[in-house]
Amino acid sequence: MPKVTVDGIELEVPQGATVLQACELAGKEIPRFCYHERLSIAGNCRMCLVEVAPGPPKPQASCALPASEGQVIKTDSEMVKKAREGVMEFLLINHPLDCPICDQGGECDLQDQSMAYGRGASRFHEAKRAVTEKYMGPLIKTTMTRCIQCTRCVRFSEEVAGVDEIGALYRGENMQITTYLEQAAKHELSANVIDLCPVGALTSGPYAFEARPWELKKTLSIDVSDALGSNIRLDSRGREVLRILPRFNDDVNEEWLSDKGRYMVDGLTRRRLDRPWIRRDGKLEAATWGEAFAAVAKINPGKSVAVIAGDLVDCETMFAAKTLAGALGSTLIEGRQTGLDYDCSNLAAVNFNSGLAGIEDADAVLVVGSHVRWEAAVLNPRLRKIAKRGGKVFLIGPEWETTYPATFLGTDLGVLNKLPKHVADAFAKAERPALIIGGAGLGKGALGACLAFADQFKLVRDGWNGFNALHFSAARMGGLMLGYAQKGGIADLVAAKPKMVISLGADEADYAKFAGSMIVYIGHHGDKGAHAADVVLPAAAFSEKPGTYVNTEGRVQLADKAVFAPGDAREDWTILRAMADALGVSVGFDSYDQLRAMMAAEVPALGREGLADYGALPKAAKGAKASGEIATYPIKDFYLTNAIARASATMQRCSEELLHGVSFAEAAE
Amino acid sequence: MADRHLEPDTEELRARWSGFAWTKESAARAKQLIAHYPEGRQRSAVMGLLDLAQRQIGAETNTQGWLPIPVMEFVARELDMPIIRVVEVATFYTMYNIVPVGKFHVQVCGTTPCMLRGSDAIMDACKKRGMHKGHTSSDGLWTLTEVECMGNCASAPMVQINDDNYEDLTPERLDAVLDALAAGKAPKPGTQEPGRHTVEPLGGPTTLKAMVTSNFDYRKEW
Repeated sequence: MPKVTVDGIELEVPQGATVLQACELAGKEIPRFCYHERLSIAGNCRMCLVEVAPGPPKPQASCALPASEGQVIKTDSEMVKKAREGVMEFLLINHPLDCPICDQGGECDLQDQSMAYGRGASRFHEAKRAVTEKYMGPLIKTTMTRCIQCTRCVRFSEEVAGVDEIGALYRGENMQITTYLEQAAKHELSANVIDLCPVGALTSGPYAFEARPWELKKTLSIDVSDALGSNIRLDSRGREVLRILPRFNDDVNEEWLSDKGRYMVDGLTRRRLDRPWIRRDGKLEAATWGEAFAAVAKINPGKSVAVIAGDLVDCETMFAAKTLAGALGSTLIEGRQTGLDYDCSNLAAVNFNSGLAGIEDADAVLVVGSHVRWEAAVLNPRLRKIAKRGGKVFLIGPEWETTYPATFLGTDLGVLNKLPKHVADAFAKAERPALIIGGAGLGKGALGACLAFADQFKLVRDGWNGFNALHFSAARMGGLMLGYAQKGGIADLVAAKPKMVISLGADEADYAKFAGSMIVYIGHHGDKGAHAADVVLPAAAFSEKPGTYVNTEGRVQLADKAVFAPGDAREDWTILRAMADALGVSVGFDSYDQLRAMMAAEVPALGREGLADYGALPKAAKGAKASGEIATYPIKDFYLTNAIARASATMQRCSEELLHGVSFAEAAE
Repeated sequence: MADRHLEPDTEELRARWSGFAWTKESAARAKQLIAHYPEGRQRSAVMGLLDLAQRQIGAETNTQGWLPIPVMEFVARELDMPIIRVVEVATFYTMYNIVPVGKFHVQVCGTTPCMLRGSDAIMDACKKRGMHKGHTSSDGLWTLTEVECMGNCASAPMVQINDDNYEDLTPERLDAVLDALAAGKAPKPGTQEPGRHTVEPLGGPTTLKAMVTSNFDYRKEW
């Protein structure tokens, strides 16, 4: 633990800390462009210069200098001030003065730091360098003349994403950042380079020229595009959410966000249900709320009601629907729309017990039936960290392109019963073995065999629980906690032949099986569910209502409301409350606070933010064996997995261009 | 250097070069180059392999050789490394030609010492022979480039032609060298000054004279 002095403040810094980190610990701000906490140290922008004694009598790059015993660091001396001014002047030599037409304006590191540390005027009168635009795909807009060559994007692709596709070509003044042959960046985290870019070289394509950061209202929310519950910020103006940015949360998403979570935002304003619809003579016709509730009342189902929860709904909506069904006398509620029927008697068996951050500590991982890149894009870099540290990653299922060294053990689940010797050895030797069972594994009934695996290799040991289920629906864990799981899955609902099916934005369910039922769809997009419905009640999307979400590791998180739902659409719980009146029952809540309090009373874990405790992992049933073959993964198209994404023009284009190879010729320039 | 650019990736380029493979000799040399580096660090051999590929292409096309995109992809496959990393290396170092060049790549140094010793005249002499900066002559023989210091300041001005340096040039001496090359002869590389072998002082030493024949301890003269 070296002791250093920063501007007269003496402090002890952790072993291996850099001078920059020491200065930060002392509360000093060090300007930087290339340095980033989650990337390797490049030391090429020179903005973080400080004066260090002992050492050469010149400013030193603090990001690349290890802090050592007895150093005296100055961040406010005349030398440092001059050095920063000099570096800033050099950086600005080739940087265009186009802030007024630059989308980074207002949230630009270069702008802010030149205000704070620059000398205020330029002495450069020669022509500035110009660099041709580079095509980086539908999400990233480039203006490479603005690039200051910090190489954060290059390091992100190589180190975090594991997809080597961005590089720095040529040298010196002519250095240019580009993708190989200007192909589109083809991975699920590609848009994170936009956040990393300290200047306006890489900006958001779909958001280009939409708004200035100071006009936007910022709302804290939770991503619903997958089950990780990535922490996000909704930037809205008026009644429209204009963009989604990730928030820092080391326990969940670090500071990354999948491209889908970020760019399905334009789907929030397209194909929206903004008024009730009623099916008359086989055709949906626009109606008023009064007519819609009259239609619901006419169904008069008695206790013959079933509720199907979709993938995007919050816990409050599910709880309100459950209460309504309960008031009518039914317990037929189910959230696993596609027919999964794994055993949910103990939620510890279907939870990501290691934790999204904890899984990084594993040294051997077996992934059973999960296309991690598509089912949990932000988790994939964590698995990559394991592989980079020398941990072993094995996968069962059809091959997909991992971004790290990994071994596929074939598609036959039978391999779980009798592991190849090298795999068994790796797990026997591992200190922190882990297993991740994904959607395809759960669908093939491999849960029992995976629990047997957990017993065999002692996945649960002192301070370590290596048994993980990886879901990919934002509503899944919350739904399971609320009891949205029948023993036989959705087949139980079909078998009961309910008179009325309440669909909470369930767009993946097969409604042909409910041919005899009246379907009341409460959702926000005119997607598959609405097409099958008899009564459509327009509801709020995740950005338009406050809500509680539980991610795949059982983390209860709250999201806020950013904007109002469009047209006549209302928040889901108010619709369910009004339905209760129409059906003549009492649900016991009249306000959102009452609803939340009732929910917290019934499932206390949902009333507390943070990790829910599901207890100990159950023992495997005797003789649990896995069989069958994982032919495909449940997600067929990463960019179009939910109603919002399917409505998004950006996601449609990503799907066509990045997954199906359709070429969008650039307009002639 | 500012106009350095990659040859565009066209169908013709792919058709011509996607079948690139090592000749028997190159394959043996490539194996040797890769063996220089420890297991798991094979990609360190990228510079050697790119040079080898450039030379092989030079032999095939009777030029100094260059590196088309499909050949960079070939090298990336050989070393199991991302293509963009190979392209980064190839575009960084100016000794890799990334556009086609002629049989003789005439690189005239124009940095200060050479310029003071008359590199402008050397450049003019090249231009008089029909060469244009950054272009290959129509007979495919010459490509002219202006480069920065090559470290031959003691025998300036100089040009580098393929693997050899020609120093102490005057326009006449340069013409003689180029004529010889064009005639298929191999002119003497190095200094063109008669009586000079390398970069020893012309007309005998002017300092440290006592050191010429044997070691001399100057310290007692201090």
